Amino acid sequence: MKVGVVTFPGSNSDVDALNALSVAGVDPITLWHESPDLQGVSAVILPGGFAYGDYLRAGVIARFSPVMRGVSEFAAAGGHVLGICNGFQVLAEAGLVPGALLRNRSLRFACRMVAIKPERLDSPFTRAATGRPIHIPIAHGEGCYYADEATLDELERDGQVLFRYVRGDGTPALDPDDPANPNGSLRAIAGVCNAAGNVAGLMPHPERMSESILGSDDGMQLIRSLVESAMEWEAAGRPASAKAAAAVEARR
Amino acid sequence: MSDVITTRPSPAEPPRPEPLHRQLGVTDEELDAIRGKLGRDPNHVELAMFSVMWSEHCSYKSSKPLLKTLPTRGSGMLAGPGDNAGVVRIGDGLAVAFKIESHNHPSAVEPYQGAATGVGGILRDIFTMGARPIAVLDALRFGDPTDPRTRHLVDGIVRGVGGYGNCVGVPTVGGELVFDPSYQGNPLVNVMAIGLLEERMLILAEAPGPGNYVVLFGSTTGRDGIGGASVLASATFADSDPNKRPTVQVGDPFAEKLLIEASLELIDRRLVEGIQDLGAGGITCASSESADKAGTGILMDLDAIPRREPGMAAWEVMISESQERMLATCRPENYPAVREVCERWGIPIALVGRVTTEGDIVIVEGGIGAGGLPNPGAKEIARVPAKALTSEAIVHYRLATPPTRRRQAPAPGIPLTAQDGLPERGMDPAAVLVALLGSPNLSSRKWVYEQYDACVQSNTVDWPGHGAAVLRIKGTKKALVATTDGNQTVSALDPYLGAQLSVAEATRNVSITGARPLGITNCLNYGNPERPEAFWQLQEAVRGMGDACRTLGVPVTGGNVSLYNEYPGGAISPTPEIGVVGLLDDISFLVRPPFTTAGDSVVLIGHSAPGMAGSAYAALAGLSSEDAPPSVDLDREAALQSFIREAIGRVLVASAQDVSGGGLAVAIAECCMWSGLGASLKLGVSGSPAIELFGESPGRLVLSCRPRQAAAIELLARQFGLAAETLGTVGGDRLRIELTGQGATGAAEERGSRVADALDVSLAGLRHTWDHGLARALGVEPGPGHEAVHEAAHESEAVQPAATDAGD
Repeated sequence: MKVGVVTFPGSNSDVDALNALSVAGVDPITLWHESPDLQGVSAVILPGGFAYGDYLRAGVIARFSPVMRGVSEFAAAGGHVLGICNGFQVLAEAGLVPGALLRNRSLRFACRMVAIKPERLDSPFTRAATGRPIHIPIAHGEGCYYADEATLDELERDGQVLFRYVRGDGTPALDPDDPANPNGSLRAIAGVCNAAGNVAGLMPHPERMSESILGSDDGMQLIRSLVESAMEWEAAGRPASAKAAAAVEARR
Repeated sequence: MSDVITTRPSPAEPPRPEPLHRQLGVTDEELDAIRGKLGRDPNHVELAMFSVMWSEHCSYKSSKPLLKTLPTRGSGMLAGPGDNAGVVRIGDGLAVAFKIESHNHPSAVEPYQGAATGVGGILRDIFTMGARPIAVLDALRFGDPTDPRTRHLVDGIVRGVGGYGNCVGVPTVGGELVFDPSYQGNPLVNVMAIGLLEERMLILAEAPGPGNYVVLFGSTTGRDGIGGASVLASATFADSDPNKRPTVQVGDPFAEKLLIEASLELIDRRLVEGIQDLGAGGITCASSESADKAGTGILMDLDAIPRREPGMAAWEVMISESQERMLATCRPENYPAVREVCERWGIPIALVGRVTTEGDIVIVEGGIGAGGLPNPGAKEIARVPAKALTSEAIVHYRLATPPTRRRQAPAPGIPLTAQDGLPERGMDPAAVLVALLGSPNLSSRKWVYEQYDACVQSNTVDWPGHGAAVLRIKGTKKALVATTDGNQTVSALDPYLGAQLSVAEATRNVSITGARPLGITNCLNYGNPERPEAFWQLQEAVRGMGDACRTLGVPVTGGNVSLYNEYPGGAISPTPEIGVVGLLDDISFLVRPPFTTAGDSVVLIGHSAPGMAGSAYAALAGLSSEDAPPSVDLDREAALQSFIREAIGRVLVASAQDVSGGGLAVAIAECCMWSGLGASLKLGVSGSPAIELFGESPGRLVLSCRPRQAAAIELLARQFGLAAETLGTVGGDRLRIELTGQGATGAAEERGSRVADALDVSLAGLRHTWDHGLARALGVEPGPGHEAVHEAAHESEAVQPAATDAGD
């Protein structure tokens, strides 16, 4: 089974995603930004970095790249897509996941360990998670999750909030000024998925906590979840999903 | 009023414009030498080329005679001084490339771009050798942190380092941040980069093979950074001179990221014969150095150089320091493939010239024909022997004179004002410790390093903030350990000693992890070499660095000299910044500074010696007239570093921490804070408690180990001729150091009734002060300035009963 990692010019955490996938025991391949052909991969990771230099606004140029046409079609067909950090920003700009990522409330780039907690364990991106807080790093300047109140209510109601930043006691850091909420995200949202549940984005970097030598392999819970979901989808003969098609279509 | 009139030029004598060569920073004497090399007068283009290549920055014309004395041979060295970066073999077919460089003056003029292009420049030095950059360390020095201009510089420079490194995808894993009044008008931005390469990737910056194509790829050429090397970096300057802003280059990390990928692909596929980045001196420097190294010449077509703005004069094109550009040599048959790689990465590329046999750099307008000769009608606008620009550039043998009156202690320290409530000399040691840990130079650097991506590339084993940086090497059991250290306070008093201490500390910080230092790279930040006292400081520093490296058995693999670090208010304290990379053969042996386990024994290795001048304690509490800088015993330092590597290799050591800034008490407090484990210790005091607790004499370590290993460690230390003393035990939530021995009582009497014979503080209190000290000093975090003092007073209350007893 192949899992693809997209390389935009300016992607830099693609090496981390490739490394984590290797640790998970799958063959990762690089998908070059100029081609919409995903080469038959079973899942896609949009990695961190500064795609196309992130000029204008993070992710805004990348959404128009040829590879994103392929990614949209893959998502509409029910394939699993995970956007990490800049990849999340690209997915949000492309309308494949709801919401927007604003500048951190501190107005500074922030790199440090955070704790996030999966809101549900039955999603394709959290199925291998323990449910306890996951300690992984952030490294971004524009990670403050924003959506209007009605959308936030809807996301919570529909189970589209996948991860929240949590404090030491495991409770969500809902106050945007709480130090455990590293960028001021509304309702402490660290990651969301689309309505069909097959496209997800999060700001922290699970792929950078992939081996105990790096501090921990906590992030592998999420990488393994993606790999398991992709294997299952592949084993089932890549079933089409009307919901996924509708979710992608609705966002266009 | 008459005063004013006399200072104006008389209307009868309008000021005559400076001759062109002087405007370009070339002295009359140097112009004569240029005439000698050419056998004629240089034209404007040639003069501009000489002006950058004979600048201090490019030619090392003042420092070259000194640098030749440094030990530059070491086992496994594949490239060294004179190459873009030092390269050392590390086994498994791999090698490490590393180098440190300054970007002081650009950062003073335009902090964000100055720092950003400093990072970009040093990264290019690394990947030009065929190495993938894997880490950056930044050593920053500023004036008073409470000054608005300092705060502006800190903010811009930190953003610049982060803005570039974060985007280009190279983690910033360590460095230094130091405040000292001597940097008030002239901050220091020294950036070190480390790269990893397969040995087969090693490539040199040369232009071999007459007939080969010379190609320029990367960003286009513009007017930014014109005169950066000659005007900005090689002269003293008045701060915030707006006329110098255009001499600062503008960085584009996205372009650099593409340049890294394209360059490494070109090297990996052996499509290029030689490659050189365009840094200081631009095309002139890259072409003349490449040709000189290969013993060739280059014919270049000025019209073929892609510009980003119209109307540039030939001399501007030749010395522009526009960033993110590379010059490479390739066989004509490989050119289509070279072009394909660049185009795939979206990088402009142009065929700009040919390698020739004649040894000259020849610039023509009007194009080069298919035969490699200038087109008929093409005009030659410059012809200069490559050697004359580089290896045979002018050398100045400067006058070195020791200062007639050595600067008296105290060394420049953080300004002492009443409201800071800093402890007086002899005050309760707990209060001193709290004040030291909250001081701008010793508090946590978290506010800075959290703005840098520290973990991209998945190699960072230990995050910044706890000693040397550690990077694993994928696919092996090995790890690289890196640090930067520089001692400017002792250097201000004795530049020879200061340089020795800097080398000793930097190598020690690598050795205490169990790693073996591979080599040092150095950034020498000094004053105007035309001033004999400043040149003497440089001379002494090079001598000290060389002596230390020889005794410690570590080669100098390269470095950078930054002179003219002066401003109207004065000169900086001489600053020898030492970068070290070490190799740990098996990462499972890695030892870190924080304590690991309650119940472990704490062992002090080495003994303290008098000499408080230049210490953090002296800067805070003032200095006694009898204080001198601490002395260094390099043989003992070498023994200490061999001992600790041996002890770690025998798995005797749980944690190892170096005693440096703030002395033993600060070193132990850090081990406690970083681990969350307290300690209960007894320290024998023979002389003054201040010297034992806060003195910074080198060659000491604090180890922790399983209690049953303590005897083995002490024995091993004695075999290396080192003193060893078990101080006590790790555990609890307080740090308690009981002072015993003769010195304790005597000193207590001297200190009066306010003091204790024990230092006793809660970790929570220490941690709070340490965590917030820097952000508060910089004013980025609200906090009453006297809070630290309040806490100190509160903490010291806990030990008052003991103090009273002692007083009785």
